[in-house]
Amino acid sequence: MKQVYLDYSATTPVKKEVLQEMLPFFSEGFGNPSSLYSPGQASKEAIATARMRLASLIGASEREVFFTSSGTEADNWAILGACDAQSKKGKHVITTKIEHHAVLHSCEFLEKHGYRVTYLEVGPDGVVGLKALEDAITDETVLVSIMLINNEIGTMQPVKELCAAAHERGILFHTDAVQALGNVPIDVKDLGIDLMSVSAHKIYGPKGVGALYMKKGTRISNYMHGGAQEGKKRAGTENLAGIVGFGKAAALAEGNLGEHIKRVTELREYLIDQVLSEIPDVFLNGNRKLRHPGNANFTFKYIEGEAALLLLDTKGIFVSTGSACSSESLEPSHVLSALNIPAEFIHGSLRLTIGDFTTKEDIDYVVGELAAIVVRLREISSVSNEKGW
Amino acid sequence: MAMYNDKVMEYFLHPRNVGEIEDADGTGKYGSPVCGDMMSISIKVDDDRITDAKFKTFGCGSAIASSSVATEMMIGKTIDEALAITNKTIVDELGGLPAVKIHCSVLADHAIKSAIYDYAQKAGKHYAGLEGFDPNSDDDGHDDDGHGE
Ligand code: FES
Repeated sequence: MKQVYLDYSATTPVKKEVLQEMLPFFSEGFGNPSSLYSPGQASKEAIATARMRLASLIGASEREVFFTSSGTEADNWAILGACDAQSKKGKHVITTKIEHHAVLHSCEFLEKHGYRVTYLEVGPDGVVGLKALEDAITDETVLVSIMLINNEIGTMQPVKELCAAAHERGILFHTDAVQALGNVPIDVKDLGIDLMSVSAHKIYGPKGVGALYMKKGTRISNYMHGGAQEGKKRAGTENLAGIVGFGKAAALAEGNLGEHIKRVTELREYLIDQVLSEIPDVFLNGNRKLRHPGNANFTFKYIEGEAALLLLDTKGIFVSTGSACSSESLEPSHVLSALNIPAEFIHGSLRLTIGDFTTKEDIDYVVGELAAIVVRLREISSVSNEKGW
Repeated sequence: MAMYNDKVMEYFLHPRNVGEIEDADGTGKYGSPVCGDMMSISIKVDDDRITDAKFKTFGCGSAIASSSVATEMMIGKTIDEALAITNKTIVDELGGLPAVKIHCSVLADHAIKSAIYDYAQKAGKHYAGLEGFDPNSDDDGHDDDGHGE
């Protein structure tokens, strides 16, 4: 059966070239980068190369890039570390309602430890207002954390302006750029941010490796305690092969960025046009223009997303949904809820995310199957346009 | 696909008794307070025996499978027998549901009782099995067996 993976925002396949570069670092080049003999030094050099490649992709210097075990760890480190280092200054943090759980749950952890957290609202298109941020800042505020691109609806935030507003009041700015890396040009100097989290497995690298960008001079407390790895800032023997893979993926992303964005955006626009014209009672969630090149998030009225997801799965098509029914907590997506989309419409939400291996034929196949599945589920559904809810 | 067992998948992929009975003797509609899903069941009754049942569901795979199997379980039963169907017997008939999906079977249980309640109202009948049942209550009031199997 034909298989079409349309969940690139969940994770991406490791590119062959990336895997090739990683393989020698398992059984042969396995030396501990902290060891002084030559195999150890070779590993150390491999990590230095990877660091340089990732730094180059984001416009940073190598000394500002610290490898972690994941984007989640980078988020935890940035938030908890920045707060701990400034505990004398104040105990207030500002973030948004649509952050990834790695950020939201780190903030909730802070709340349990005496911090106050402001969760900014977003507009109907998912964008945070500059004024809302300015109004939320107090003398107690020590950190602002706002994502560059949202993982569910793909909306881009005006991080440069938001960061400038925070800096005007002398407040550190962190951004979760896990979805943005390799999908939009990122120049940390231009954005002005102090801290930025990224992850390898969203850019055709391996799982289990992320990184935190920390602008030179930024002081945050350590999160992982132990050895002197990563310039004494992040302890733990390096995930050597993973870091090498991240470096290669970053190099490929940098070399191909313009072409990648153009190609993926075209496919996404084609997908959106096809879905909106072929299927009735459907709308796009999030701002159509200001979004991740590969992200399309739709609501199909009167049907439930998990049922649609499972039927698509039987056709070899892999997507995700924000429906309450699909989550362990039985709560609708916090991102779509923050856009004030009613729960019954979040129910019918499907996220399709396109990547480098998606083709136009894939999209045609998906739209055809999707249209049939929507008809089928609407026949079963007890709600409809005529009958109401 | 490991989320649901083969029987649940079978009822989800090929649901029996989808639809609405036009001249139904009783119809019940129920919305889940848990996840917001919606289900309706309509029945045809002849001499206190359910001769036909159909369902429509706005919900997940497990809700579709639960309501479909529930209509099958009802057909041919007397009203009293049908009232003995609980979400537990629905889950058993399906060979089990994931713990987080047990509440979808409660939806089916409630929709059955709502349909019979409507029939009883219209026909002016009383059934012991409907004692204390309130079709508009948000509380399912049934053995939700603690979300375990
Ligand atoms: S009906 Fe919502 S989870 Fe099953």
